[in-house]
Amino acid sequence: MDEARISRHGSRARLWLAGGWLLIALLAAIFAPLVAPQDPLAQDLMLERLPPFWLGGAEPGYWLGTDSLGRDLLSRLIFGARIAFIVAFAAAFAACLVGSTLGLIAGYFGGWADRIISRIVDVWMAFPPVLFAILLVAVLGTGLSSVIIAIAVIDWTRFCRVIRAETMGQSRMDYVENARIAGYGRIGIMLREVLPNVVPSIVALLSLEMGIAVIVEAILSFVNLSISTDDPTWGGIIAEGRLSIHQAWWVLVFPLVTLILTVLSFSQFGEGLRARFDPVLR
Amino acid sequence: MLLQRFLIRLLTMAITLFGVAVVVFIVIRVAPGDPIAMMLPPGATDADIARLRALYGLDKTIVQQFFIWLSGVVRGDFGTSISLRQDVLGLVFNRLPATLELASVALVMAVAIGGTMAILGARERGTAVEAGIDIASGAALSIPDFLWGLVLILLFGVLVPVFDISGRVSPQLDLPFATQFYLFESIVRLRFDLTRDLLAHMLMPAIALALPLAAIISQLLKQSLKEVLDLDYVVLARVKGFSETQVILREALKNAALPTLTLVGVQFTFLIGGTVIVERLFSYEGLGNMAIDAVINRDLPLIQGIVLVFALLFVLINLAVDMMYALLNPRLRHG
Repeated sequence: MDEARISRHGSRARLWLAGGWLLIALLAAIFAPLVAPQDPLAQDLMLERLPPFWLGGAEPGYWLGTDSLGRDLLSRLIFGARIAFIVAFAAAFAACLVGSTLGLIAGYFGGWADRIISRIVDVWMAFPPVLFAILLVAVLGTGLSSVIIAIAVIDWTRFCRVIRAETMGQSRMDYVENARIAGYGRIGIMLREVLPNVVPSIVALLSLEMGIAVIVEAILSFVNLSISTDDPTWGGIIAEGRLSIHQAWWVLVFPLVTLILTVLSFSQFGEGLRARFDPVLR
Repeated sequence: MLLQRFLIRLLTMAITLFGVAVVVFIVIRVAPGDPIAMMLPPGATDADIARLRALYGLDKTIVQQFFIWLSGVVRGDFGTSISLRQDVLGLVFNRLPATLELASVALVMAVAIGGTMAILGARERGTAVEAGIDIASGAALSIPDFLWGLVLILLFGVLVPVFDISGRVSPQLDLPFATQFYLFESIVRLRFDLTRDLLAHMLMPAIALALPLAAIISQLLKQSLKEVLDLDYVVLARVKGFSETQVILREALKNAALPTLTLVGVQFTFLIGGTVIVERLFSYEGLGNMAIDAVINRDLPLIQGIVLVFALLFVLINLAVDMMYALLNPRLRHG
């Protein structure tokens, strides 16, 4: 009993911490032009590689220092958050829509529908995902929508596999049989009876997928295949930081910390929400 | 029974590989931008372009192109790389050993780290040690290999520069190797100075790849161990006077390892998939690094070849794990 209470406290703390960071990052992204101290694109060679504020040689107004072109790191991180969140939301929802729908169909109807969908999932799982993403973006051409499409095309299987398994389990339950006896149609039962019971898993996966989308976007930026090179992205900043690592470590450290916090928050937030929603765990 | 299972798996494997071949072919052919135009100097005539298109078979319909390519692949002919102008299969075989060695070292580390954490956590169950292990594995799992790689570069490449952060081997060394399995050959030839240099380059990318998998192994194995530790035969072993560590190692581990084994198979394919970006991060000259170059250069035959080799590797690993599971699981063995 005590252990359950401790773990509930723990999960609530996790939910608040993760949610808090995500909210701060989201607000910074939305109000980027207002909160960013500098123009994220403004280059000034007089200000190149300024260190962060607590080190000697820092300039006021450039809190986290500047990169090798004299651009303000904090402002670039704040504007980079915009792209990160757009990609996170759009790609995760698209992957969720496709994957959950197919998973629901495969799990509920079984038979040929399940066999075909499962076979497609098998084929998808045989691709190295990062290489697949890079290939898709190269084919579709760089840009925000290409990145979103690429992530959705690759990661729908994550939803499909989990939702298929959960739907299968739910379909064997008594309440589904009762609804059938009561004369409800198959699609009606699937949407009205089964779907609400797999929603907690969908929500948790959705949050997890947002974190993954942020990473994939960063990876694509890192290999120079994401958005146009003008817009600051977290991955783009990391790629610059990797090159000037011995001259200006902060250009790598700050975007890396930002990314890690964001990814951890998305996964913890998802877990926390699942624990909240799940009637068994609650 | 076992043979039948094996044959069915072989058939689904072939279908999966065919599916991969179709998908990668379609994806690549809808790509805008003419790879032939990129190969030729600006002054090339239309006749030059047409001649080269015919040479690479690009003047035929997509379906024809697919079956020409596929019949070549079946015979072991993957075509010629457009950017490197060499045989694709030769290029792939030249790079694959580097990736296999990296992935194998990473797998060994993942099993070692994850296994140790699981055994320690199961022995100290219910204590602060177990809670600490849970937190550590939770964090290791949530952070992907790409970010671990960057963290390691900062920690051990810059802050405390103990390891090399780029390449597979120090360029000034003379390599006496006959194959591309450098690490393996350096051990066989007893050239441990080279082994050390190779491992120093491999260690950080391998740890980056290993950490998420180690976390999964730790969580899953610990869970199974805890379940098994309450069973009668384990309790009996404890009554016989074995210490808790002995009980875990001699009695519990054997039976708890089976569920973990199946999962490690799938996760190992994820680890190999991760080598693509981790190799890039550490400028490690493996297959993944070459794949990214191939995509950037729009080298269609090379991309096709690499993707197919990765897919083959993945289905083979899954097959091996499935067979191992069937052999080890008494219920399937006698059923």
